[in-house]
Amino acid sequence: MTASELPGIPLSPEQWRQVEALSRSLDPMQVRWLSGYFAGLDAGLRQPHQPQPAFSAAASSRALTILYGTETGNAAELGKALQARASEKGLACTVSDMADYKVRQLAQEQDVLIVVSTYGEGDPPQPATGFFEFVEGRKAPKLDGARFAVLALGDSTYEYYCQAGKRLDARFEELGAERLAPRVDCDVDYEDAAESWIAAMVDRLAAEAQAAPAPPAPPAATAASPVAAPSLHDKRNPFPAPVIENLAIVGRGSSKETRHIEFSLAGSGLTYEPGDALGIAASNDPAVVSGLLDALGIAPDARFELKGQGFSLGEALTHRFEITAATPRFLDYWALLSEAAELKQLQHEDRAGERSVFLRTHHIADIVRRFPVADIQPQRFVSALRPLQPRLYSLASSLSAAPDEAHLTVAPVRYTLHGSARSGVASGLLADRAEPDTVLPVYIQNNPHFRLPADDTPILMIGAGTGVAPYRAFLQEREARGAGGKSWLFFGERNFRTDFLYQIEWQGWLKDGTLSRMDVAFSRDRAEKTYVQHRMKEQARDVFAWLEDGAHVYVCGDAANLAPDVHQALIDIVAGEAHTGREAAEDYVRSLQADHRYQRDVY
Amino acid sequence: MTDAPAIDRSRDISQPLDRLSADERMKDASDQLRGTIAIGLLDRITGAVPSADDVKLMKFHGIYQQDDRDVRDERRRQKLEPAFQFMIRVRLPGGVCTPAQWLKLDELARAHGGETLRITTRQTFQFHWVLKDSLRPIIQGLHDTLLDTVAACGDDSRGVMCTVDPQSSRFHAEVAALAKRVSDHVIPKTRAYHEIWYGNERVAGSEAGAGPEEPFYGRTYMPRKFKIGFALPPSNDIDVYAQDLGFIAIGGEEGLEGFNVVIGGGMGRTDQAPETYPRLASPVGFVPADRVIACADAVMAVQRDYGDRKDRQRARFKYTIDDKGLDWIKGEIERLMGAPFEGARPFTFTSNGDSYGWNTTPDGRHHRTLVIENGRLDLRLLDALRDVARVHRGTFRLTPNQNVIIAGVRDDDRPAIDAILAEHLPEPDDFSVLRRNAIACVALPTCGLAMAESERYLPGLLDKIEAIMAEHGLSGEPITVRMSGCPNGCSRPYIAEIGLTGRAPGKYNLYLGGGFHGERLNRMIRENIGEAAILEVLSDVIGRYSREREPGEHFGDFTIRAGIVREVTEGRFFND
Repeated sequence: MTASELPGIPLSPEQWRQVEALSRSLDPMQVRWLSGYFAGLDAGLRQPHQPQPAFSAAASSRALTILYGTETGNAAELGKALQARASEKGLACTVSDMADYKVRQLAQEQDVLIVVSTYGEGDPPQPATGFFEFVEGRKAPKLDGARFAVLALGDSTYEYYCQAGKRLDARFEELGAERLAPRVDCDVDYEDAAESWIAAMVDRLAAEAQAAPAPPAPPAATAASPVAAPSLHDKRNPFPAPVIENLAIVGRGSSKETRHIEFSLAGSGLTYEPGDALGIAASNDPAVVSGLLDALGIAPDARFELKGQGFSLGEALTHRFEITAATPRFLDYWALLSEAAELKQLQHEDRAGERSVFLRTHHIADIVRRFPVADIQPQRFVSALRPLQPRLYSLASSLSAAPDEAHLTVAPVRYTLHGSARSGVASGLLADRAEPDTVLPVYIQNNPHFRLPADDTPILMIGAGTGVAPYRAFLQEREARGAGGKSWLFFGERNFRTDFLYQIEWQGWLKDGTLSRMDVAFSRDRAEKTYVQHRMKEQARDVFAWLEDGAHVYVCGDAANLAPDVHQALIDIVAGEAHTGREAAEDYVRSLQADHRYQRDVY
Repeated sequence: MTDAPAIDRSRDISQPLDRLSADERMKDASDQLRGTIAIGLLDRITGAVPSADDVKLMKFHGIYQQDDRDVRDERRRQKLEPAFQFMIRVRLPGGVCTPAQWLKLDELARAHGGETLRITTRQTFQFHWVLKDSLRPIIQGLHDTLLDTVAACGDDSRGVMCTVDPQSSRFHAEVAALAKRVSDHVIPKTRAYHEIWYGNERVAGSEAGAGPEEPFYGRTYMPRKFKIGFALPPSNDIDVYAQDLGFIAIGGEEGLEGFNVVIGGGMGRTDQAPETYPRLASPVGFVPADRVIACADAVMAVQRDYGDRKDRQRARFKYTIDDKGLDWIKGEIERLMGAPFEGARPFTFTSNGDSYGWNTTPDGRHHRTLVIENGRLDLRLLDALRDVARVHRGTFRLTPNQNVIIAGVRDDDRPAIDAILAEHLPEPDDFSVLRRNAIACVALPTCGLAMAESERYLPGLLDKIEAIMAEHGLSGEPITVRMSGCPNGCSRPYIAEIGLTGRAPGKYNLYLGGGFHGERLNRMIRENIGEAAILEVLSDVIGRYSREREPGEHFGDFTIRAGIVREVTEGRFFND
């Protein structure tokens, strides 16, 4: 019962006595601190669904900054979760995308928590490139007195696993900052490890703050980025979306197999913007599952327990685990079990090159088959596997043109290993087992770093192959909005005749003016190969004029070749047309990136 | 002008352009066939030439834009434009080419033409499956060997035909040379072709409006295509009565004397448009050999000036003649020629087919006719003929029946050629008489006009007709069978003994009663029928022919005599 004996004061007599006793013991500074604390507590309590903060929480005396560098949005999600948790504990903090962070502030930072993913061959996420250049460059400030910790996201199938996180971890220490906690590296199943790291960091900082009271900072209410409203369907709760169209959109005789796939999102409440991606929680090919079970010599209905839940191995291998690409962790596990000399040799530090070649050329079933081990326990086996990760595809549609639909442009990954045909997990599913009416679990992955500018701003879109997908969404959107800004598309593929993806749509948009210009490069139509960057350079004067005119530049497609080649072409064009030196041209392009006028979605 | 007052000039070139058809205005505005073709060739977003006017103008340059109709619908669903491609028709007067030219054509076909060449019913080559970027390489390659494609299509004088049958070889060289002179004389003079395809600079003074680039054709060329051919009796292989202007060579003891002239032939008609019809050319008299060019000029000038320029369906010379009257037209020609026609001389045609196998002419040269089914040179035939071309010292002649003659072989070269043919074509004469006398147009999948299959379907249909012939003991009997995928009649179906023109996929009009050597039109006996009905009719009629025919009577003549079809005496009665 909390009925008050004192009219107008909603406190129990016992509570009031405690407040009175406390207030008599306080000095003026402590009073001011507590008033701030209670104000923050009040703000926190007003937010629905938020757990009540622990009563012992205290505000930190040190400023906390959370920086995230993200390619697909996972690091951003974690950064924001960290901020929310810190605020709950009364820790004042700001959160910032490395892409937006004013690097000159770094010298003033006190505590910095970093969440960063790795991209490609140990590179930072593309939007964080500028931040890395600054931090790793000569202009980076001394960070004596600052403290930091790094949560690194990565994918252990790559040789340079979590490398971007490792680089910042090493560099912050080199710059004089104190490491708050050892770096934590997370694989694609990062959720649990990230959660523990967040909890540990928040507890540690909250405990310190309590031990050393300081003037209050307003908690919670000062969130630098608004926390997105929770949607009904997300990565953890994908929407079962029916396939409504699935057809090859390359002509006869193509060397490609590119498909156009449409999902219905009707009833999902999911919305997206042009530039966003669709996540697909793909399941493994049943044939691959049964092949692996055969190789293991285990029946598909063999049961085991994981985190207190019972599974059949067949079901688990179909829906829960990656069973194609092998990881170094799996290699270690299988080397141990099989005691195969060849696998053990690959474990040596100095065999990294051979190891990565071996992992590229051996799927899990290949290893199991080649180095057979008897009496495998299902539970032990799956413990060496990574959870199956959803795959992301750039959306090729705009909701304003195709309400309640999500269109994708998918080029199935196909190759042969050890005499048998292999397919990408999701792309193979989409190409081979996603007839119309098939239902697949999907969610929207926001991509805030690939966005249309204002309607009247010119856009320069550069894409090869399926990288043209988001530009279809862009033009659908601009057409629907009646946007007046100029647009120019550079598209590359192999053969004009068969591979000109969405050809009649571009032709239509060129005709009605939605698309102002288009240049195409088909690399296999003639002996000398022509790529989009060649077309850009042929039009260098106009490209530069568009840049000077404020155009936003987009690059989408292959990360290994297209992205660096186009980047170099931009620098060359600027250098040639502005008659500047190489460094000035690089600065020019860098400033495009810093102004978010040069955005990439490469993979 | 000297027009007779009765002559209606409300539909011809004397009228202001805005009263004539849109195509007339298009030609006038084309800057003598230039249009914007050169710009369209640079457009990388489409495999077509984007301007519809340029597509029409390119015909004057010998180029048809087409698309692979087999995949048209499939590509639409794939969000791809139609599989645009081009057909390029070579101008090859009289159908004669040298081994060096053959080798070049072969090379270009392999590189840019889908590894195939087609021999047309007008004695020339067509490249098919040519992509836009390959147009210039092909045309420049042809230029290297002194060939071009000027006016192989379009509203102008098409390639001039000439009998190549070795049986008629007494004046062949002389007449073939004349055919080439006429061809050179009547082709358009515009420099547009050189500028667009060879990249030549525009010559000063040829700017739009600067002066007459085309002294004969002017700015609007002919009302429609205009076809000229030379026949050497007794062969009527060129189907001289199907030409707008036909010359029938007349020889005497002294050699070539001149030509009987026939005017106003043409096959094209439109279904459900009775004002259109095929017409056989009408004889107008004889001209001595030295007046051939003047005669051609005069005939073409009459059609240029009086042809219908309002309605393209009625723009061929045959309608001008029937509308104005043959006598008036003849008089006008004589006036322009500056001399009257002499009386026609006697001559005899015996066939419009080819002489197969080896023939030897009095000059001691040997000529080998190879049967090329539907004129389609596939890789196997290209290989064989490339090997022949490497050793051959005579010429190649293309026949109007779409066959190839290895002509002018010397005694000592014959074994080598036989050996090559035996190696590549082990069964050279594996064709029935029926098949040798059959012609099909290209139709699907490349021709934009086709309503039904032709080249791809006729061989299978012939198998079934051959079975009927065999059943009635007629396997050795020559009957001309010609099929076109549409009523325009590129295979000259209306003068076949059995004619078929496409109406819809699997459906054809069936015609009977044409003359064996092209002297009489046939008549439609059944309309819009499928294969079963076609075979039923043919089985019945062929059965009767086997039982009731008179000795030596041709199938077409029989169907008239037996009353199965009524004779068509003139084109304008074709639809009666």
